[in-house]
Amino acid sequence: MNTTLTHQSHTEVLVPPELEVVRMTKKFGHLTALDDVSLHLRPGTFHALLGENGAGKSTLVKCIMGFYRPDHGDVIVDRHSRTIDSPRDAHRYGIGMVYQHFTSVPAMTVAENLVLSRYETSNFINWKQELQALDTFMETAPFQVPLSTPVSQLAAGQKQKLEILKQIYLKARILILDEPTSVLTPQEADEVLGLLRETVTQGRLSVLIISHKFREVTAFCDEITVLRKGKFAGTGLVKNLSIADMSEMMMGERRQPKPVHKTTHLQQNPILQIQQLHAHKDNGAEALAGLSLTVQSGEILGIAGISGNGQRELVEVLAGQRPATQGQILVNSEVYRSTRAEMYRHRVYTLPEEPLRNACVPHMSVAENLALRTFDRPPQSKAGVWLVLKMIRQMAAGLIDTFKIKTPSAETPVGNLSGGNVQRTVLARELSSERIQLLIAANPCFGLDFAAVEDIHGQILAARNQNVAVLLVSEDLDELLKLADRITVMSEGRLVYESAIAEADFATIGRSMAGH
Amino acid sequence: MATEALGWLGVPLAIAAGTMRGGTPFLLVSLGECLTEKSGKINLGLEGTLLTGAMTAYAVSYLTQSPWSGVIAAGLAGMVLGFIHAWLTQQPRVNDVAVGIAMIIFGSGIAFFLGKPFIQPSAPQLATLALGGWSANASVQEALRISPLFIIGVLLAPTLTWFFKSTRWGLFVRAVGDSPDAALAMGISIAKVRMLSIVAGSFLAGIGGASLSLYYPGIWSERISSGQGLMAVALVIFARWQPIQCLYASLLFGGAQALGPALQSIGITQGYYLFNAAPYILTLAIMIATCSPNRKISGAPGALGTSN
Repeated sequence: MNTTLTHQSHTEVLVPPELEVVRMTKKFGHLTALDDVSLHLRPGTFHALLGENGAGKSTLVKCIMGFYRPDHGDVIVDRHSRTIDSPRDAHRYGIGMVYQHFTSVPAMTVAENLVLSRYETSNFINWKQELQALDTFMETAPFQVPLSTPVSQLAAGQKQKLEILKQIYLKARILILDEPTSVLTPQEADEVLGLLRETVTQGRLSVLIISHKFREVTAFCDEITVLRKGKFAGTGLVKNLSIADMSEMMMGERRQPKPVHKTTHLQQNPILQIQQLHAHKDNGAEALAGLSLTVQSGEILGIAGISGNGQRELVEVLAGQRPATQGQILVNSEVYRSTRAEMYRHRVYTLPEEPLRNACVPHMSVAENLALRTFDRPPQSKAGVWLVLKMIRQMAAGLIDTFKIKTPSAETPVGNLSGGNVQRTVLARELSSERIQLLIAANPCFGLDFAAVEDIHGQILAARNQNVAVLLVSEDLDELLKLADRITVMSEGRLVYESAIAEADFATIGRSMAGH
Repeated sequence: MATEALGWLGVPLAIAAGTMRGGTPFLLVSLGECLTEKSGKINLGLEGTLLTGAMTAYAVSYLTQSPWSGVIAAGLAGMVLGFIHAWLTQQPRVNDVAVGIAMIIFGSGIAFFLGKPFIQPSAPQLATLALGGWSANASVQEALRISPLFIIGVLLAPTLTWFFKSTRWGLFVRAVGDSPDAALAMGISIAKVRMLSIVAGSFLAGIGGASLSLYYPGIWSERISSGQGLMAVALVIFARWQPIQCLYASLLFGGAQALGPALQSIGITQGYYLFNAAPYILTLAIMIATCSPNRKISGAPGALGTSN
């Protein structure tokens, strides 16, 4: 059975189906993730879906794949409206998706993963026959991956190739790729996309790719569709558009930072100095590749960049959650190793991303979480051994009041609060000290509503105006343009751009973020 | 014993015999645990399953006078305990290790409670295969009396390897154990695969218990297992989750167990207790040699012991 199927796929050169999304709307509660969006993927074309984080690109493709059911709108495959309720349905219409994360089983070989991915497999696997069929398949595939190698030993580029091959092996004629190159080096990305481009040019495949990288879009794509804040923002042929046109479609009009009140500090001295810092990702790959920076007192240094370029690892190293492999961190010109004693001595405070995971003990109460920095010192503790619960409660009540944390009581477990209030709890704890010197904040407003964002921005600015040195890592360019005094861009583990905010060039920032 | 006739040669012979006798429960339990752990769950409770299996086999063999009925009953009793473990560990926020420890206590408690009346009577033992018929020496003949359960275990090791490599279910088990997310994306039911893996693994452990009470030492007492079920769990780590290596590791542990009695049989009684402790020392040594704060052991199923 298997051999005949493989045989078919390279004799008949089918034209890929035409895919249309018509006026699709998808709401999650009060949030409209997709608002009346349409998209047309012509057969045999390479189509890019562009947009900033949270623009609704992933929601759109998940609606096409049947993960989500849209509230309004149609998916039309070959001029027939189709109901797609699961990826299996999508597979029936020849649509396959490659996800941002790898979905192969690391301990299995490439061949085992391919056979396993098939929806219909016989109970016993005749490896001789399967390997023969797979060899035949590999001959006609756009790229080759060694069949007998365990997936865990493949480089990221080869893993990504395997994910794409899996879909082609399953006879997908429309490939949806969700930021397929975010884990690849530029060379690997060019190779994978180049080979896919050839297959598309031969008319054997259509590709819909979600991407941030203009370089890839201009090099490989025919057409783009742009989303902005869940709405359709434009479409067009790549050959008629410049990068400036595309980035304007993505980000709306060129936005100026809103005027914010910043006091000028006459005397500034370097608080945080990072010298040639190296660190690894969880999988052992390089996350930080010799990063150096300095943050002065009374300034906000903004780090922009697309997520996955080492920002998370940088903050983890600074917070003491991840060891640095090389280089050193100086605070007040002293070597800093993120111990509790050093944090206290140098007054270093951190507002990490995902505060519930990185900065709270979810099952402990709001009061206890608010005391995590101070519970072992007077007045909350006697001799560092006995806790003075009355003082802990008193301080908590004060902070809940000042920072407007909405909680039923100080005894409520912090994990029961909403995201914004967890964020406020951590902010209250980290900013409550009188003599704070260095604040490290990562995506402090991620997922918060407008009012909460304004509030947290106000707090960070107030700290800066009190001569605190602030390192602000954010994926939100608007936030950085509004708050930062200097802006840098992080790409592949190092800083590739730096400028004072007054001279910051929006187009250049965008290009360096995209890896130019 | 006739071992004296062989002098020092009796030591390797006794160890070889002990390897096959004492290695059988290790082998069956470790293959069961290997299957269970490949699906991403740990079953420490196999110690309790082993005891329950031993008691059930002995009791059923005594009551029906058919040792093979005892073996089957032991496997079924193991499956019941396995089902309880599988059901409990797949509840939200339940920890494998905690349930495993509870199942050790439960399994051994049940075995002691129901096994009380069977300590005295003697049950019919499993017939052994005499492979030593070629030798005129009585001790050689004695040493080469092989249990059919040992043969089953030896054949099972390559069968399991084949199962993991060349059957759809084998690939499912490995996918679930290594990357549940990937398995889900392929539409595999994690709960079902784990349930079946744990129940099948416990069946083997139950049969391992039968080999204790119906073959070697061939009695039922409360101290019959002395932690062999737990050692078998350690052994799976040592064997890097490979069934064939489980076989070798079981033989090694069986041999280590036979060291003390073998030396005693030729009159070396000094350090008898020390030699008897060999399997335990081996377990500790393996644990120390394989632990590291920085890296994972190669071959470990990716999702082993995680809570999903």
